[in-house]
Amino acid sequence: MPDEATQAEITAEIREVERRTGESGRAVRHPLRDYAPYRSSILRHPTHELIKVDPEEIERTAPTFGHVDVDPYESDLTVQHPADPLGERIIVTGRVLDGDGRPVRNQLLEVWQANASGRYIHKRDQHPAPLDPNFTGVGRTLTGDDGSYTFVTIKPGPYPWKNHRNAWRPAHIHFSLFGNAFTHRLVTQMYFPGDPLFALDPIYQSIPEQAARDRLIATYDHDLTVPEIATGYRWDIVLTGSTATWMEDEHGDH
Amino acid sequence: MATTERADGQPALSGQEPLTAAESIARQEDLSGTPPLVQTPSQTIGPFFGFALPFEGGPELVPATAPGAIRLHGTVFDGAGEPVPDAILELWQADEGGNIVQEPGSRYRARGVFTGFGRAAVLADGTFEFLTLLPGPVASGARYAVLTLFARGLTHHLITRAYFVAEGEAEPTDALLERVDADRRGTLLARQDGPASYRFDVRIQGDGETVFLDYPGPR
Ligand SMILES: [Fe+3]
Repeated sequence: MPDEATQAEITAEIREVERRTGESGRAVRHPLRDYAPYRSSILRHPTHELIKVDPEEIERTAPTFGHVDVDPYESDLTVQHPADPLGERIIVTGRVLDGDGRPVRNQLLEVWQANASGRYIHKRDQHPAPLDPNFTGVGRTLTGDDGSYTFVTIKPGPYPWKNHRNAWRPAHIHFSLFGNAFTHRLVTQMYFPGDPLFALDPIYQSIPEQAARDRLIATYDHDLTVPEIATGYRWDIVLTGSTATWMEDEHGDH
Repeated sequence: MATTERADGQPALSGQEPLTAAESIARQEDLSGTPPLVQTPSQTIGPFFGFALPFEGGPELVPATAPGAIRLHGTVFDGAGEPVPDAILELWQADEGGNIVQEPGSRYRARGVFTGFGRAAVLADGTFEFLTLLPGPVASGARYAVLTLFARGLTHHLITRAYFVAEGEAEPTDALLERVDADRRGTLLARQDGPASYRFDVRIQGDGETVFLDYPGPR
């Protein structure tokens, strides 16, 4: 049964969690796992503290991917079908680095997204917006030696979901990244600047710190924009692994 | 879209002039801040990854007929004890000799290389199954694989270890297991439940909640 909370009620919950987290003085750079405004998290977060462990060798390494795993054309989501997809063609580019500023080289980066109308090709997406026969919305690439990546795609539309009444997700592209260590694995979402839905969205707002939320928003970069072809966005990603939500003194025994 | 080569070997999009060396360096220094850099936050994998992340052979690190092939299987449960129908797990482990394989081919099994990486989406009943090899022991003598869990509702993925325990074998012990309360240690054990088969259920919340891990590192 869909949750019948109104947007105003959800927004009030979001602001309340934000206030309480701010008071705790913790550096919260990842979303809260127990975040009731995002209803699906209620039964899907651990109640025990995570156990802090020093990574062993397997956790300090990461799987290797190569050109056998990814075709070069997979980084262009606009050329996977006979005709051009509908919507606003964009270029998304950036670098993937670890916390020491080292490039994450030759590593797998996967993206998926809705089409320009806000519809996923996924069979369980019931949003009554049109599918685009010329757009699947899946891309892959390997980062370069300098950690750089580039995708060509279509700007996704916002879409409704069932978290509460009249819930809409800001436009976003899902990213899946492997780092220099398996513990650096990250799945996240990239957003577009100035989206009016940010303040209302319990997924974006599940990160309590505004500075951390801002790290998910790409920058429009006119130098990346290609005349007559596509507008350009830049988004850099830093992978370090630690959830970094610990109190300062919790580092004591490491 | 037609591409041309840039001076640095990266493909440039048509219509863009190749970057000069100075411009390339300026670009590379665009990322603001000095190390340690602040990490990018996680966001949930959401419900709609099924057309993007699973791949052919993802759960089969080895063919069922491979010598030494074992099954690692289980069910993912939520805090109400209900199976989670829309989770996806990843497995990362050493080979039978305890060596960490650094070879491509995890998304292209036809190459026939054991890479130590697998990915398995759960079925509608919350069950998952990998076909793999028993990882060789680390210095402590324990044999384990690392597992990550992603799902709608998980704002940040969860990481755990599955320690393999064969029938009649003593429970392993190592630095991590010693630190876990005795009544929760069992959640980290993949116990043999048949010939060449090990079971590892994942309980996200509540009774029998799986021990999940966090790793110190740069912030
Ligand atoms: Fe989405």
